[in-house]
Amino acid sequence: MIEEEAVPFYKHRTMLTLKEVQSLLSGEVLTPGMNLEKECSKIFASDMMSDVLAYIDPESVLVTGLITSHVVRTACLADVSAIVLVQGKRPEPKVVDEAMVRNMPIISTACSMFEVCSRISRSLPEAGG
Amino acid sequence: MMTEISFQQEFEIKGGDFVRAGEAACEIKNLLKELGLGIQVVRRAAIVSYEAEMNVIMYAGSGRLDLSVTSDRVRIVVEDRGPGIEDVELAMSEGYSTATPEMRELGFGAGMGLPNIKKNSDVFKIHSEVGRGTRLEMTIQTNGHKP
Repeated sequence: MIEEEAVPFYKHRTMLTLKEVQSLLSGEVLTPGMNLEKECSKIFASDMMSDVLAYIDPESVLVTGLITSHVVRTACLADVSAIVLVQGKRPEPKVVDEAMVRNMPIISTACSMFEVCSRISRSLPEAGG
Repeated sequence: MMTEISFQQEFEIKGGDFVRAGEAACEIKNLLKELGLGIQVVRRAAIVSYEAEMNVIMYAGSGRLDLSVTSDRVRIVVEDRGPGIEDVELAMSEGYSTATPEMRELGFGAGMGLPNIKKNSDVFKIHSEVGRGTRLEMTIQTNGHKP
């Protein structure tokens, strides 16, 4: 159970940096040393990689509960900015290693997929999904 | 007029090899980036390659992906020795899938593969023979703006 937390409200902004996403979700970065100052404006939440490949916009943040290496590969191929893993999930070390090699940040959060979307949308009401 | 081929590479794809699924597509993406193609072209070619690679892995015994690049286009031809597609028109419709639970657990099998390949290609050709296999041919213009 996640306690209700006040989230920052960025009224006139349409972008968040990955660092701000991490902070908003009290997330842990599993891939150290990557550039988290990169900005992102879109969030795409799905466990269906087929849908990610078909519908995600480049530079989006991918929110998912899947933790296989296919998530990392799908994210790289679709030009995703970062992967957010929900429910405190942690992939096997080899998956994290692959993300490091492919320069794909992974943030793990205890939030549910709904809570992730809700916090970001409350924070950034003008951003697209 | 013949267009000079500036780059060509073949990739073998093994049916059922879910562990390596996507590796060929990632390599193709890196190669196309290194060749200096535009971001959109690289992204579309990467997605097309991944979807086609996944189809071979999910449904066929084996297959081969041929990548060739000229100054005006990227061509990706994927041929497999698999069961073939009985009703190509049905397989091309969004949401139609014959994926197994194992494929769905990996997040695939939403019935978006072939439609998404078509969406990301400027020219898309499919030929399938039941009991023999399937051949996909995708062309992406390097100066194209689709989608």
